[in-house]
Amino acid sequence: MPLHSPITVSRRVLLGGTLACAGLAAFGHQRRARAASGLLNVSYDPTRELYHEINPAFSEDRGRVQGHDAIIVRTSNGGSGAQARSVLEGAPADVVTLGLARDIDMLAQHGLLAADWQKRLPHNSTPFTSTIVFLVRKGNPKAILNWPDLVRPGIQVVTPNPKTSGGARWNYLAAWGWALRQPGGNETAARLYLKALFSHVPVLDAGARGATNSFVQRGMGDVLIAWENEALLAAKDLGPDNFDVVVPKLTILAEPPVALVDRNIHIHGTEAAAQAYLNFLYSRQAQKIGASHYFRPVDPTVAVENTERFPAVATFDISSLGGWKSVQKTHFAAGGIFDQIYSADN
Amino acid sequence: MTAPVLNKKNLNISRWVLIITTYIIVGIMLVLPPVLVIIEALRDGPYAAFASMTDPDALAAIRLTLVMTVASVAINSTFGVLAAWLIAKYRFPMRGILLMLIELPISISPVVAGLVWLLLFGTQGWWGEALNRMNIHIAFAPAGILLATLFVTFPYVTRTLLPLMEQQGRDAEDAAMLLGASFWQILWHVTLPEARWALLSGVLLTTARAMGEFGAVSVVSGHIPGLTETMPLHIETLYNGYQSVAAFSMATLLAIMAMATVSLRSVFESRAHNVATGEHDA
Amino acid sequence: MKHAHNTTRARAIDPLPGFRFALVSTLLWVGLIVALPLTALVMRPWQEGIGAMTAALQDSRMFAALRVSFVSAFLAALIDVPLGVILAWTLVRARLPGRRVADALIDLPFAIPTAVTGITLATLYGPQGWLGAPLARLGISIAYTATGIVVALMFVGLPFIVRSVEPVLRDLPPDLEEAAGLLGARPWQIVTRVVLPALLPATVTGFGLAFARGIGEYGSVIFIAGNQPFRSEIAPLLIVVRLQEFDYPGATSIAFVLLVVSSLCLAGVAWLRRRVARGLITGAAA
Repeated sequence: MPLHSPITVSRRVLLGGTLACAGLAAFGHQRRARAASGLLNVSYDPTRELYHEINPAFSEDRGRVQGHDAIIVRTSNGGSGAQARSVLEGAPADVVTLGLARDIDMLAQHGLLAADWQKRLPHNSTPFTSTIVFLVRKGNPKAILNWPDLVRPGIQVVTPNPKTSGGARWNYLAAWGWALRQPGGNETAARLYLKALFSHVPVLDAGARGATNSFVQRGMGDVLIAWENEALLAAKDLGPDNFDVVVPKLTILAEPPVALVDRNIHIHGTEAAAQAYLNFLYSRQAQKIGASHYFRPVDPTVAVENTERFPAVATFDISSLGGWKSVQKTHFAAGGIFDQIYSADN
Repeated sequence: MTAPVLNKKNLNISRWVLIITTYIIVGIMLVLPPVLVIIEALRDGPYAAFASMTDPDALAAIRLTLVMTVASVAINSTFGVLAAWLIAKYRFPMRGILLMLIELPISISPVVAGLVWLLLFGTQGWWGEALNRMNIHIAFAPAGILLATLFVTFPYVTRTLLPLMEQQGRDAEDAAMLLGASFWQILWHVTLPEARWALLSGVLLTTARAMGEFGAVSVVSGHIPGLTETMPLHIETLYNGYQSVAAFSMATLLAIMAMATVSLRSVFESRAHNVATGEHDA
Repeated sequence: MKHAHNTTRARAIDPLPGFRFALVSTLLWVGLIVALPLTALVMRPWQEGIGAMTAALQDSRMFAALRVSFVSAFLAALIDVPLGVILAWTLVRARLPGRRVADALIDLPFAIPTAVTGITLATLYGPQGWLGAPLARLGISIAYTATGIVVALMFVGLPFIVRSVEPVLRDLPPDLEEAAGLLGARPWQIVTRVVLPALLPATVTGFGLAFARGIGEYGSVIFIAGNQPFRSEIAPLLIVVRLQEFDYPGATSIAFVLLVVSSLCLAGVAWLRRRVARGLITGAAA
């Protein structure tokens, strides 16, 4: 029996290698089939229930009212920063609906969408707003009413990690803005307040939903700083007998924006559908769905219809703190104020 | 006469202490967690648990996990057998380094195992942008999940085969060669039959690990329900969506699949052991 | 003897067919799946200049995270050693009711996806959990502390110890223990003089595997650890955090350090095991 000649052997290997590459490519090419029939909405953490209801409503509306082919919208959820990064790394998002404008700005910086994206849709591209409130145990046993109560001895505060979670950045900035606006408030005082606040935080979850789970499902902590929609969902739907929502005297107006990912929709050929999807978010129907999930509608009539769902709040907005660009740099960039709060000497 | 009796008694006492300790360890560390998973899954009754499995996204996750498992087991087993054969039967330069490279993935964090593929195929990585332009998607697509799974399950087949193949030596192979057998004939008819239980054990280990991988896959998946979510990722999504019955039902299913795989393995292993000891006796 | 024989044979052309095919396909496989991505990992930190890499390597938070990972993995593997040896002993020696079930359960931590482990352990040890609530009354909190990390890693590491020790114990004749007992050895002496020395090499292997697994573990830990920088943040989590900050040099630097140190640990354990095994042989001969 002759030995295998090296040539046939290496040919076989070559064939194997080619097959493997072809296999990978075939896997990769699945994408195009999806693009023809679906949209991908890459979203932040607490919108799971919201888009779970909006997506089929949009498909039905587009099919029935507008006479297009049925379209499936899928939503991927996660921490806002993490989601933005996966879009940047190549996740095939047609639209992004993230927790804060800075995460979409970052995508614009890398050329995935136009720099003026926020002007392309009404209300700063924000179809629903929210705010930051406290969720406490039923009956508010620790009598937590406002920001100073969070740093009383023995209080445990649950809030996610601002480095990975968009909601956590709003939480942090709500506390910061409140501290600045106190009599005699300045940056030093605000820094001290936040340092004290984070010394009361026993767990930094990666996303807003993780923090809610720690507080709600595992009984961690006395107070959860959370998105209003997240807190109301937990208080009304998850455990009406277990939790109360407390609105602090002053808090931040949170604006989670939406945008088309220009580069991906051109590749997928989904420009029209993606635009229709974002427009649909501003429709009366979607605004009502949003309100039912405790997102504050921007549509004035829907807002009026739902006044009793949402507590009255006094808010300031992100531009009063200098806008996301400067806030990101001073607070959350490497070596920023948040890193200084958690420095080694702590 | 008294001393040994006393010892016997002591031996019995310490024996019982050990046995009770075992029950406590097994109870707290190994029984409670799965019991909790099953109780959570059945909180709304068995019907709700089964119904949650028929959700299209759940079915897609199960399908993707099965496809990924079969593909990575097939690839890693084929090449793993060849690598074990190469390292066990031949001596060549850099053999030690090759062996080290094969074993390396075991000590690598799953997060790193996912990250490395982004460094290559993410659009911020080396080739992601170029491939994207050719409409070939690897990161955030099933191909990336396959690569991450291949990486974390890389060494198991070779590792389980290697000690046995080295123990076998190559006398049988040399004899077959002198009789004129080709490479495939030797591998298929001489080496592998001897090593079949070890091979099966390695394959099953790979299977179990491939089904349950979370960290590495989560880095490259993009978490798109119905498209790039494997069962472990879908469990996380369900849990974060407050669907804990569905999450724990799927966890139960996955745990049963993985446990069945691993138990099969210990059956085969004891058989392999019996074969080995039987040979020693003969 | 045989080794030397083989080496000389390889110098000449090895007559056993298939060498080239096996070599080429193995190199292809190792190259594509392991060497190529790891090359990217090793090169990435330097890509933005040496400054980014050195800055990342001077980050005190990284050292804190590495310390948390290594210390927790070490402690967990250490605690697992007695637990694993006891489990292996009763599985092999004592004919217990439920032995087969227990034997199957040993592999559970290996088979269960790590995220499920994390969620389950956090629920069990959480302030309202089956184990967390009674422990909380005793003033012990496990979930969301550094202890939680050790608990999760103990769970993940246990099968490695048991499965390493078990086969050795099975091959160890029980007569030896009985003989020692009849010769008047106290149970403690039987254990320390007869059983444990024989198990030592296998235990070291198991310890090494559990330790290496623990250093890199992510899914099961993040749910139960507090994830606080400098205190309960593990190195793999810090990699994820750095990635979220788009700090690729930072993320890959930590990954690189983790890779180097855990490979060194594995090599160290292999060396230790060889030494122990050799010591045992000479000890037995003496």
